[in-house]
Amino acid sequence: MERHATLAELRRALDNGDLSAIELTRDYLTRIADDSTNAFINVDEEGALAAAAAADERLASGDGTPLTGLPLAHKDIFCTRGLATTCGSRMLENFVAPYDATVVARLKDAGVVNLGKTNMDEFAMGSSNENSYFGAVANPWRESHVPGGSSGGSAAAVAAGLTPAATGTDTGGSIRQPASFCGITGLKPTYGRVSRYGMVAFASSLDQGGPMAHNAEDVALLVSAMAGFDRRDSTSAEREDTPCSNGIPATPEKLRIGLPREYYHNLDIAAELDAVRASLENLGHTFVDVNLPHTEAAVPTYYVIAGAEASTNLSRFDGVRFGHRCENPESLEDLYDRSRSEGFGEEVKRRILTGTYALSVGYFDAYYLQAQKIRRLIANDFASAFEDVDVLLAPTAPGPAFERGALTKDPVAMYQQDIFTVPVSLAGLPALSMPCGFVDGLPVGAQLVAAPFQEELILGVARDYQNVTDWHTRTPEAAQ
Amino acid sequence: MADSIDIEHLARLARLSLSADATTRARGDLGNIIAMIDKMQAIDTSGVEPMANPLDATQRLRPDVVDEEPDRDALQAPAPETQDGYYLVPRVVE
Repeated sequence: MERHATLAELRRALDNGDLSAIELTRDYLTRIADDSTNAFINVDEEGALAAAAAADERLASGDGTPLTGLPLAHKDIFCTRGLATTCGSRMLENFVAPYDATVVARLKDAGVVNLGKTNMDEFAMGSSNENSYFGAVANPWRESHVPGGSSGGSAAAVAAGLTPAATGTDTGGSIRQPASFCGITGLKPTYGRVSRYGMVAFASSLDQGGPMAHNAEDVALLVSAMAGFDRRDSTSAEREDTPCSNGIPATPEKLRIGLPREYYHNLDIAAELDAVRASLENLGHTFVDVNLPHTEAAVPTYYVIAGAEASTNLSRFDGVRFGHRCENPESLEDLYDRSRSEGFGEEVKRRILTGTYALSVGYFDAYYLQAQKIRRLIANDFASAFEDVDVLLAPTAPGPAFERGALTKDPVAMYQQDIFTVPVSLAGLPALSMPCGFVDGLPVGAQLVAAPFQEELILGVARDYQNVTDWHTRTPEAAQ
Repeated sequence: MADSIDIEHLARLARLSLSADATTRARGDLGNIIAMIDKMQAIDTSGVEPMANPLDATQRLRPDVVDEEPDRDALQAPAPETQDGYYLVPRVVE
């Protein structure tokens, strides 16, 4: 098979009998063995081959789904029964979950072949994948550069042709920004669309799982299987509809697309976004400027809320029930302190301390409560914009991938990388990133945002855009 | 408020012990982070309701009936140390 075949192409190949799921799986496992990007933490050769054999049987008996026999990799934040789930941390280096995450179970039921677990920033905290206990991930387009984060391993694996698709999670941009940096398509669904059950929690009011693949059609195929109400997730959205259950519907004609003015200052990728606009105008859509006046407050607000929720969520790692335990603890206090201090990396500790500060006596109102109020102002900004327009077009990140080490010494500069993704996360809206060009030889992405539960609308616009452009078909090998 | 950070106190609350080096680094980093988040104070939020869930959803309730039987052995398998179905920790009461 062609190295960067899409899920749709692989589906046709399987259905035509050009190759079996086993052959396909072997092909990908061979490529993963030769990987130089460090995209995988764990490869499940045995499990993948067994799942592929079962998929071949299922297809032979005519009992397959549109996903049966297709390979995929899971971000190592999704619990997989019998296979380690590290979350990129020493804390969970040897953790084997006793159950599957709902996302994993749903894809498994559909007959997807899990190749293994992809690398990530520790506990999904990072924008460069440099915070993994299992080492940084290289960007397949240029190995000296970062793939983005926190779903950097998933993005790099798809871009390098090690898997045709992968799962990711997005708390403040962790699907969209690495998709942009690696030249692939990634969707963060509406908060509550995809179950968080079995997804190691970082910031529970923001975390959302979603698919990453070469194009909008593949992403749509995956989200239709991943999404849906789950009684095991207390914030799962009780909805009757499943996005793209019959593929991506036709896009309504003459959409009004908003350009948030605050997102277009000093942009390195202004020319690329102008070209996206021109393509979409040619398709009959019109553009208007909109204002999102609280944009500048989004990064501080996000880091308070995400930090506060992380400090609470990560208190479960106590060295008692699961995860790393220090040697020879002298007391229970000593066990807690040393297990956590040895198990967590530097960025995780920084976020825990930030969250602890924001939640501590005397600071709660000034920080946490203030952040929750600004969160509402930000959500209201988007709601007002969507009274006037159907979709927003924005950059995903301020520029292309940066060099490894460029921002590691300056956490605040690193956090500014998320300026165009965190407002959308705070508002819980669906958004995707799609490749829209190159800057200095590196891919950059455009972000489409819609009102809650309008995933089909942005996937439709992305599909139409990808029908008239070829950025999403470019590959790192061809560029070198 | 950045100058008032007591890192040792925060680390105690978070059950983290930091080396002297790490404490110095954390003080610098946290100072910068807090200076960044202090920008929130410039926003007028009077009369604004705090938002806990981005869709303003409330917690779903279900009837209080047992509908799953946990498998204790499987759930305890990832624990560092267990005995007879209990988690083992250092002696707390002398």
